[in-house]
Amino acid sequence: MTMIQAINSALDVMMERDPDVVVMGEDVGYFGGVFRATAGLQKKYGKNRVFDTPITEIGIIGVAIGMGAYGLRPVPEIQFADYIYPALDQLVSEAARLRYRSAGEYIAPLTVRSPFGGGIFGGQTHSQSPEGIFTHVSGVKTVIPSTPYDAKGLLIAAIEDNDPVIFFEPKRIYNGPFDGHYDRPAKGWAGHPGAMVPQGHYRVPLGQARTVRQGEALTILCYGTMEHVVESTVADMGVDAEIIDLRTLIPLDIEAIERSVKKTGRCLIVHEATRTSGFGAELSALVQERCFYHLEAPIERVTGFDTPYPHSLEWAYFPGPVRIRKAIDKIMKD
Amino acid sequence: MSDQPASGAGDQGNGRNLPPLRLHVPEPQFRPGDTADFSSFEIPAAGEAPRPDEAAHPGTMQGLVYGLIRVLDDEGAAVGPWDPHLPAETLLKMLRAMALTRAFDARMFRAQRQGKTSFYMKSTGEEAVSIAAATALASDDMCFPSYRQQGILIARGWPIIDMMNQIYSNKGDRLKGRQLPIMYSARDASFFSISGNLTTQYPQAVGWAMASAARGDTRIAATWCGEGSTAEGDFHSACTFASVYRAPVILNIVNNQWAISSFSGFAGAEATTFAARALGYGIAGLRVDGNDALAVYAATRWAADRARANAGPTLIEHFTYRAEGHSTSDDPSAYRSADEGSHWPLGDPIARLKQHCIRLGIWDEERQAAMDKELAEQVRDAAREAEKNGILGHGLHHHPMETMFEDVFEDMPWHLREQQQQMLDEAKAAGL
Repeated sequence: MTMIQAINSALDVMMERDPDVVVMGEDVGYFGGVFRATAGLQKKYGKNRVFDTPITEIGIIGVAIGMGAYGLRPVPEIQFADYIYPALDQLVSEAARLRYRSAGEYIAPLTVRSPFGGGIFGGQTHSQSPEGIFTHVSGVKTVIPSTPYDAKGLLIAAIEDNDPVIFFEPKRIYNGPFDGHYDRPAKGWAGHPGAMVPQGHYRVPLGQARTVRQGEALTILCYGTMEHVVESTVADMGVDAEIIDLRTLIPLDIEAIERSVKKTGRCLIVHEATRTSGFGAELSALVQERCFYHLEAPIERVTGFDTPYPHSLEWAYFPGPVRIRKAIDKIMKD
Repeated sequence: MSDQPASGAGDQGNGRNLPPLRLHVPEPQFRPGDTADFSSFEIPAAGEAPRPDEAAHPGTMQGLVYGLIRVLDDEGAAVGPWDPHLPAETLLKMLRAMALTRAFDARMFRAQRQGKTSFYMKSTGEEAVSIAAATALASDDMCFPSYRQQGILIARGWPIIDMMNQIYSNKGDRLKGRQLPIMYSARDASFFSISGNLTTQYPQAVGWAMASAARGDTRIAATWCGEGSTAEGDFHSACTFASVYRAPVILNIVNNQWAISSFSGFAGAEATTFAARALGYGIAGLRVDGNDALAVYAATRWAADRARANAGPTLIEHFTYRAEGHSTSDDPSAYRSADEGSHWPLGDPIARLKQHCIRLGIWDEERQAAMDKELAEQVRDAAREAEKNGILGHGLHHHPMETMFEDVFEDMPWHLREQQQQMLDEAKAAGL
């Protein structure tokens, strides 16, 4: 399956299993979503469970919270992560706090799906990676898959989870993995081990990282599209890196990170999001606090630059193989 | 030179002779030191507003959104088509709940002044808005209130000691001292958790109502916000959703004229009524004398029947007056005329319902006085009981500090467990 098919399959499986699951968002109903993630669901489950919404992100999330309070398990879609900001008040002040402020009387078991990340010439408002905004909020979980298998398993786990989950889908890899070599022909998911997706129900637990590659030389922490860019760059360089795909940022698999960095003594963090106060800063601080006496070199970060996402200069902005290679060289020199 | 009309922008001396543009910044009628005078206020007579069928098309309700539904006239008689003809028992029940709410407010305001809690907000003058509405709804209709509808809980018979425990943030507080006083949550009373963020409850109520409809349930939702909060984007989103899906929801706007220090003109009241906003959304709209318990009851009942018949949502503007300060942190004498409240032409909701009951011969001043005394004692006794569970600032009477970390998530993740342990270790090291 492609990642889109895997996401569609996760929604199908969960809607079949649980009558409380409802899907809502702009263009998700009759049309099946601008990325086809919800294709066929309305026809199969009816308009009471899969419906198009007005173009108001405040409304989509606010209404989903109310449906959650009733007892449903809504899966709202925000068409692009770049457009999640109007809903921030509902997500941060409401969904994230509801269980806490009501001491468990009310919960917000939402799974907010949203395509995110760059690499598609999306310009400023179709490329952003706002995960750091959500990892800073107590009470929400943040999940980012990098393969079709994980996308389905994590999405099922997110929908079954009783806490609000922000589920960011790297749209660059919806239809195939991306190694960062934008000048080469695009690859599909066919043949990739992560594209072997079971038809039925399975779960990839939230809070568990995936070790993509075992290695001894250094640890690379990454997620989403960057997992593939890192994997390809490491293979090209022939460096014995241990690559960890975090999959869930909150709750974070700290044990996997600690175990790896204590073994390798070096750590590189790679994400598309802008650098300052990005999630990489949190990762860097955690590694420094927990692995200080094992570190043989400063922790490096390869990230998007602290600018809005540019259109024409996309490949100068995107943290691609050239920049990752340079950072690995630097870490290994120390 | 150009086909477009000259703007004259930036060069007033160009001989175009256009008047300079002016920015209009609204100003309330009366400021501190002014004598409030509402004699020019046009108040439609009680009984005048027509009562359309509950299935009426919103487009036919123009008169109702600009008028004012009133049942009780100046003599306390119930007149006109909106008279809900309530039995004596219901009238007295409402009167009692309104009086209890006022007594509760008085006591809790005092408790804040005595330093027993950090904060309180009264609903004085607005008791009919929440109590008559709650009386007209079914007990399991879901309410999404703002912070000034404590009357809903009281009308639903919720124990006031539980509300006090929340206000004192003591060990009896079901919300474990996490919430600012008055931000109640009472699921068993179908009363949604109150948020400090204004109007967020509006789309949530619509979502709850949509879920109820999608499930083929018979329960409806109701929500409340102040007129100031209608300026929030959530209001617009909620009205759009309510209209699009014909959600079984009642959208209440409590227009008490003031949003802290800003008069209603800053929410758009100079140009239109708040009820009239319903028309643009294609929602049924009613504008009601919010100090007339019978009018509030009748309008709510109309809207509830409409919603239950799948005829869609209703927006109700309750025209009332915030008789006291915004909160214990507010001094209204700094921005409005001191005698405004006493001159408010729609009077006091309790006094008006009392007058009606006396007129019907089911009540009298002696019984009112006895009830007020009894309720004051009931509130005092409950407060004493609640204070046994502790008051704010008495550490021993709060929930244990480690509970701070619970309920952020269903299960506590490692980073919260670590922080919880760190806090306990620090407290222990400090000898606490």
